[in-house]
Amino acid sequence: MTDENKKIDLNRRKFLLTATSITGAIGVSAAGIPFVSSMLPSEKAKAAGAPVAVDIAGIKPGEIKTSEWRGQPVWILNRSDEMIKKLDNNKELADPDLKVVSQQPKYCQNKTRSIKSNLLVVVGICTHLGCAPSPKLLPKGDMGTEWEGGFFCPCHGSKFDLAGRVFKGSPAPTNLVVPPHKYINEQTVLIGEDPEGVA
Amino acid sequence: MEKKSNTSSTGMLGWIDERFPLSSFIKNHLTGYYAPKNFNFWYLFGALALFVFVIQILTGIFLTMHYKPSAAEAFASVEYIMRDVSFGWLIRYMHSTGSSLFFVVIYLHMFKGLMYGSYRKPRELLWLFGVFIFLLLMAEAFFGYLLPWGQMSYWGAQVIVNLFTSVPFIGPDLAEWVRGDYLVSDATLNRFFAFHVIALPLALAGLIFGHLIALHEVGSNNPDGIEIKDMKDKKTGIPLDGIPFHPYYTIKDLVGLSVFLIVFVSIIFFAPEMGGYFLEANNFVPANPLVTPDHIAPVWYFTPFYSILRAVPPLFNSQFPGVAAMGLSVLIFFFVPWLDKSKVNSIRYKGPLYKKWLSTFVISFIVLGYLGTVPSNVWGQFYIAIPIIGGSDVATIVARIFTATYFLFFILMPIYSRKDITKPVPKRVRM
Repeated sequence: MTDENKKIDLNRRKFLLTATSITGAIGVSAAGIPFVSSMLPSEKAKAAGAPVAVDIAGIKPGEIKTSEWRGQPVWILNRSDEMIKKLDNNKELADPDLKVVSQQPKYCQNKTRSIKSNLLVVVGICTHLGCAPSPKLLPKGDMGTEWEGGFFCPCHGSKFDLAGRVFKGSPAPTNLVVPPHKYINEQTVLIGEDPEGVA
Repeated sequence: MEKKSNTSSTGMLGWIDERFPLSSFIKNHLTGYYAPKNFNFWYLFGALALFVFVIQILTGIFLTMHYKPSAAEAFASVEYIMRDVSFGWLIRYMHSTGSSLFFVVIYLHMFKGLMYGSYRKPRELLWLFGVFIFLLLMAEAFFGYLLPWGQMSYWGAQVIVNLFTSVPFIGPDLAEWVRGDYLVSDATLNRFFAFHVIALPLALAGLIFGHLIALHEVGSNNPDGIEIKDMKDKKTGIPLDGIPFHPYYTIKDLVGLSVFLIVFVSIIFFAPEMGGYFLEANNFVPANPLVTPDHIAPVWYFTPFYSILRAVPPLFNSQFPGVAAMGLSVLIFFFVPWLDKSKVNSIRYKGPLYKKWLSTFVISFIVLGYLGTVPSNVWGQFYIAIPIIGGSDVATIVARIFTATYFLFFILMPIYSRKDITKPVPKRVRM
């Protein structure tokens, strides 16, 4: 070896080391994308999350029907006139004015939380820890004399009214979720898709 | 750059070193592990094999997230991975191509060992670890091949498991025990899955660890087969012909890795099935226990051994000799350290006899490998049946000849390695 070879250009070495490391890190990160990406919902899962059409012709006033959308129970409740009237009387609601807007689409940002005032479409999953509440549509009964009808979650005792609004003192922090939905015709509701012209 | 001694007791590293031998580990196995300076091309394959092992584990984990080990769902779940899972096709092709390239790399790695006498004293145990790894790798590949539950998966497993039937006395019961059923079924698939994803990878990881520990204990061999530890710097005790593994060989291995990756991704993107050699056409048909494919061939990396199985004729109405020959063709590698009686390690100093026999062995391996992929009537028949050994397929006779030469390479090794005229070995390595 000559003396010239013994002189090590540390700057050059540092530059090469940094450049190699950065390029390598970029390469490894890029190679990681497919792996992380493979854990996302697959095309099949996405297809299973497509909108669901539900026949609502048979639901009489005061009756409820449970359908399924994206593996979640979705309730379709045909409220009687009496039930709708009672919604105004409900005091002690945690969020009566629907300030948490994420819980319903814009077109359901109203008193009844629905497109048609009688028909409530709501995801039947408690906003507390994801249990399935039970419909307790009739007043009183096993829910006590104060109960005006609504939904009750057996897990931790959250209570919701007939518009899926949560009562004060419930562990659930927000109202039940109203999924995007639209009416294709008088007998059919399509859950999972917004009405035309509404984002 | 800061100068720090390897036993620094300050900072984060110091904190760790007081509790865990991190610096000394890095020193003993990387920066202070002296490897011969004359490594050539052939010395890349050990590191590459380790890299492919990591790829297989990593891609395997992600495949397990979507694969369903049940006879009813397995085939569909693989198609689901290919079509619906985001980048599922890429991960599966990495795994399937990785398995084939694993064997390419391992075969080249073993060939290096045979060329340079890497199995000879004091590296016998290192070699034994290696042969065990090879053995388990074959089992790992075999178990994995059933999982897609295609026709070739199914019938390949059926044929191989049925080999156990030929074991004298306990054969049929043994095969039943392996399958967990009277035929290859859901139970078989489930247990093969268990072996493939946890039992064997775990054992492989352990053996690879042992292989590396043994390597670092005795030191690497080199193309000259000269012990670099015999010529040390009197002051430092460092081998005169040694250079630190890191950075010298880590950098060299990275160059090799880059070339390997070019090949690897080219196959993945342009020829993942490799014309039916990496993924067989029949495996795109779901397993059907009622219909046997016309021609059952294992994946290419098993074909030399499969050829030996087919080449050995049944004796006393039993298939067992063929099965035994196939088993022996792999197990015989265990004995190589004690079969080689040569005075020198490397092919560079061995005489013409060894070179001829090693070439014969490589040719036998390749020809047997080819013949294992095709039906035994591929080269037609002789006009008259050959007496005694029976059979008249040309390919079968050729396979028999090469089976004989395959074994003779090992069996005659004590004789020709002793007789061979070796060249004098220099004291220091050449580049």
